[in-house]
Amino acid sequence: MTRDKTDFLVGLFILLGLLALVFLALRAGNMSSFTFASTYKVQAYFDNVGGLKVRAPIKSSGVVVGRVSSIGFDNQRFQALVSMDLESAYEFPADSSVAILTSGLLGEQYIGLTPGGDDKNLANGSTIGFTQSAVVLEDLISKFLYSSAEGAGK
Amino acid sequence: MSPSPQPNGSVMQAGVRQVRALGRWLIELIMGLGAFARLFAQILARSGVVLRRPRLTAQQIHFIGNHSLLIIGVSGLFVGFVLGLQGYYTLNRYGSEEALGLLVTLSLTRELGPVVTALLFAGRAGTSLTAEIGLMKAGEQLAAMEVMAVDPIRRVLTPRFWGGVIAMPILAAVFSMVGVLGGWFVGVILIGIDPGAFWSQMQSGVDVVDDVLNGVIKSVVFGAVVTLIALYQGWTTRATPEGVSRATTRTVVDGALAVLGLDFLMTALMFAQ
Repeated sequence: MTRDKTDFLVGLFILLGLLALVFLALRAGNMSSFTFASTYKVQAYFDNVGGLKVRAPIKSSGVVVGRVSSIGFDNQRFQALVSMDLESAYEFPADSSVAILTSGLLGEQYIGLTPGGDDKNLANGSTIGFTQSAVVLEDLISKFLYSSAEGAGK
Repeated sequence: MSPSPQPNGSVMQAGVRQVRALGRWLIELIMGLGAFARLFAQILARSGVVLRRPRLTAQQIHFIGNHSLLIIGVSGLFVGFVLGLQGYYTLNRYGSEEALGLLVTLSLTRELGPVVTALLFAGRAGTSLTAEIGLMKAGEQLAAMEVMAVDPIRRVLTPRFWGGVIAMPILAAVFSMVGVLGGWFVGVILIGIDPGAFWSQMQSGVDVVDDVLNGVIKSVVFGAVVTLIALYQGWTTRATPEGVSRATTRTVVDGALAVLGLDFLMTALMFAQ
């Protein structure tokens, strides 16, 4: 086999590998959801984040407007501190509220952002005051059981 | 009540022999590991040849990689088919057959792609490397090179090692891609799952760094280990037909065991939350 033919085939082989990786990253993976758009940071305190994970989406009216950048614990307030990166293209009033919601009954958790009515907008580094914690299914079931037990006692 | 020393002594001797065999086994194991690590270090130290004479490595990529494409592609396709069918039977019970794309892709990129490719790679490319180098040794070509002041580790082993390290992740990526397409064919075309849900569930569940990149890292490690085992077995073979045949067998056995053991280790490190 001539040198040129070997070189050509090896080049083809490497291109095929790159094609496969690009396919896996873009078509099968979430590379296409990575945004390189500029973002601004806001944070919020939650009593309970449930199963929220870093890089979980932040949705407003069901549209992804940002992602969770970090989840930590504030030892002064004894609350969870969630930092979020919102895309600069979207601006929200300063009194907007956030809630940790679940997609579907047992799906992934995400943050739902409901816009408020303030004239001023959320700026980089601001804190969202109105938060609603994740619904813990076990709490819900135990509440339901207790209330149904009370109802049965009467 | 006088104990006869004769049988007692022979029992003692048999015991001593057993202990000695155990000790020899351990010492040989450690010496083998040492020689293996030394060969690895020698190859790494001579890796400059890859940049100075890239054509040597390109030839090996062609020999190791291009010639393995057919078996990798066909295996990936059928693994994808089977994952699609089996995954559908289970997911269908829970009414979530749209998650089939996610199941197929995660299984392939995280585990099956790198592992099955590495096993096939040990069988297809590893054996031929061992046999080639073993026969070079048996034919005293390696000794002849040294006489001509050509370093056989630099000229023969190093390009083969890097060829394997480069070819293996490419083969694993091709395997995963063909497997995903196979799962898509069975799920969407044959069974009739909604294609939109199939792809969107896959995209929302597969992370580029956590799943795809970790799979690539695994396949690079497997490529290095399998190629190195193949080269080591060929390099240290007894220079007889029987020795070469034994070395070839050991390449497949040791390579497969190393891949499976390392896979468990890396999975525990990468995917433990």
